[in-house]
Amino acid sequence: MSAQPPEPPSGRWFATSIAVTLVIACASFVAGFAWLPTAERDSPFRGVWDAICSSAGLVRRSSITDVVKSSYQTSAVVVSPEMLPAPTAESVGRGGTLASRCTMCHGARGVSDANTPNLSGQYAPAIYKQLRDFKSGARANAIMSPQARDLSDQDMRDLAAYYAYLPRLRAHRARTEPAPAIVIHGAPMRNIAPCAACHGTIGYKIGTEWLEGESPVYLRAQLEAFASGERRNDISEQMRNVARGMTPTEIEDAAAYYAGNP
Amino acid sequence: MLNHKRLVLAHFWLAFGSFGLALLLGAWQMWVRSPLHPWINDPEHYYRSVTAHGTTMAYVFPTLVAMAFGYAVSELSLGRPLIGVKWAWAGWILVAVGTVTALVPVSLGLASVLYTFYPPMIGNPLYYIGVVLVVVGSWIWVALMVVNVQAWKRANPGAPVPLPMYASVAGSLLWGWTAVGAALELVFQLVPASLGLAHTIDAGLARVFFSWTLHAIVYFWLIPAYIAYYTIVPRAVGGRLFSDSMARLAFALFLVVAMPIGIHHLFGDPEVGAGFKFVHSVFTALVSIPTFLTVFTITASVEIAARLRGGRGALGWLKALPWRNPIMLAVAFSFVMLGFGGAGGLINMSYQLDQSIHNTQWVTGHFHLIFAGAIVIMYFAIAYDLWPHLTGRALADIGLIRAQLWSWFIGMIVLTFPWHWVGILGMPRRMAFYDYSNPGLAPDALPVVASVIGGAILVVSGALFITVLIRGHLAPRVEPPPYRFSVAVHPPRTVPAALNGYGLWVGLMLALTLINYGFPIFHLMARSDTSVPLVHIGASR
Repeated sequence: MSAQPPEPPSGRWFATSIAVTLVIACASFVAGFAWLPTAERDSPFRGVWDAICSSAGLVRRSSITDVVKSSYQTSAVVVSPEMLPAPTAESVGRGGTLASRCTMCHGARGVSDANTPNLSGQYAPAIYKQLRDFKSGARANAIMSPQARDLSDQDMRDLAAYYAYLPRLRAHRARTEPAPAIVIHGAPMRNIAPCAACHGTIGYKIGTEWLEGESPVYLRAQLEAFASGERRNDISEQMRNVARGMTPTEIEDAAAYYAGNP
Repeated sequence: MLNHKRLVLAHFWLAFGSFGLALLLGAWQMWVRSPLHPWINDPEHYYRSVTAHGTTMAYVFPTLVAMAFGYAVSELSLGRPLIGVKWAWAGWILVAVGTVTALVPVSLGLASVLYTFYPPMIGNPLYYIGVVLVVVGSWIWVALMVVNVQAWKRANPGAPVPLPMYASVAGSLLWGWTAVGAALELVFQLVPASLGLAHTIDAGLARVFFSWTLHAIVYFWLIPAYIAYYTIVPRAVGGRLFSDSMARLAFALFLVVAMPIGIHHLFGDPEVGAGFKFVHSVFTALVSIPTFLTVFTITASVEIAARLRGGRGALGWLKALPWRNPIMLAVAFSFVMLGFGGAGGLINMSYQLDQSIHNTQWVTGHFHLIFAGAIVIMYFAIAYDLWPHLTGRALADIGLIRAQLWSWFIGMIVLTFPWHWVGILGMPRRMAFYDYSNPGLAPDALPVVASVIGGAILVVSGALFITVLIRGHLAPRVEPPPYRFSVAVHPPRTVPAALNGYGLWVGLMLALTLINYGFPIFHLMARSDTSVPLVHIGASR
């Protein structure tokens, strides 16, 4: 093939392409950063530079000066996977010693005959968070609040490690009936996620309690306390929002389901 | 002449095999969330399936098709054996190993994070490492495409690079650069987090990195289809390519404007400034230029065929087109789906109009119509066109092929049109179940059932496709005529240097990436208060 030498890259193609690209880029930047933001009649910006900074996504001081303060103590615990590192044997042992003062209500090995929560095999982050909330006053209880008042942070970590170390209750009856809808599906149109998505059966989210085998009386009382706003140490009102939307039958069903399992 | 048929066939079969499995998952997903099925008892199974379907269909299937077609184009259009065959096999092995590595944890429910990753959700590290292996395998292909075209250019100084190879290399360069965004997210954010080396993640930055990949990846999927439009369709229907230069310009423009537009996926994201969203919206609109160039050029090319066959009149020539020819059918269906999908895309890419359909089923409908419809039907056409040359056996089931293309087209329309409709009604996407008994959702029920039927038709069509290919391996041996690509009305004797190389276009692509992504990335990286704790998926109880 007798090919002619190609046009050099510095030719018209080069200049035209770059010029067209630049013009489009400049025009769209001017329109997007300066013209459109300030064109609105009630433009929220003080001048063009303010509009440009906002359009670029720069984070600036909020116009709201007064931060809304909660009228009650909220939970200060930041729950993350790294909140509790893997416990040492020493920590579990110390927790076991400390736990002797819990046995009256929570049972000698963390299984309760009273309607207090079973703690054996409970997730460590859940126990740790509740203890810290009792201590800070975010959660109030006539018995637990004084019990937690004098616990150090390490005490609470040790207690959590000890109870997480104990074995969970074995299944004492086979699951014959399907799980109730509120547990397995929630109520999507009322914005209620399935209980099982966080509390076991389907999934687990850190900071939530293992509910299976708990006392139905305790579960029902807590759901009602969340619904009425009496209990409010749930982060971002997660459980209060759920419980407020639940019908009494759903509360009954959920409590009975988890109490019956395992 | 194809010298490395086994290499190309291995890529095609891995692509189509994984496509077949992922297609079944897609149909299952449609069914379980429809009113025809009671609410699924474990929503995690649904997300597991969506993750596997998306990962396979987005990362594995189109990448392998592009690789297979690229290797075939290199040998057939340059007329010389592929350089670096061992490397090509290494790339295939990486993709195969990566696919299995990624999909095992997904199957076990350890990485149900969806194929778009969605940090701060974090899955099993093997999932991310598998995806990285797939990308690395495809980068070997990118390098081989460049090596082969450069070697040919050295041997043929000044001669125009054959159009199929020019376009294929443009596609590979686009992929090489666009994959960098997701690679940065994977290597510097997701993999360390999943290995426990980091406890927080800047989810906003991760989403910006992903958007760098997320939109241009569609054009990477699209380019094999476009190569087929320009270099297979005119020849197959008995016409000539209307303009070789127009074709080169279209591929060059894709390199430039496909890249700096991904933030239109982040219109709802607060971490990116509104100005950048607008600029990306403008550049997204520019993608219509190479698209319209293509539609006009291909329509003109098939018109030449129709007039050669005796077609007359302003539109009367349409009747003279070889409608029983599978390639003609495929390109017609592809254009119809591209038209509707593209029109819908104008809504998605408009900063304001997007608000009405953001994160609804409209979006799912849009990308299935464009990718699974307009693009994948051309993948079928490519396979049908190349198969006799790969197997040395004739594809005799023309009726079956026509039935397959018709059913894919009908199935895709029945699947995606109702999706668009329920999206306008406000039906959110990515939900495992919907309460259709609620008056607010009841109008969605019938269209969703229609989509399930569309999905079922697609499964049948997919089965037909695999059947045709397998029967192609079992047919009597034939000696196919030498493979040839379309010839232009005016075959290029010389082309401007700009349309024979990539320097200018790659330069513009890099510059626009810097302009459109530089500040948002730099800004998020410079701030210390943008990270959030990880949410581990599939963590043990």
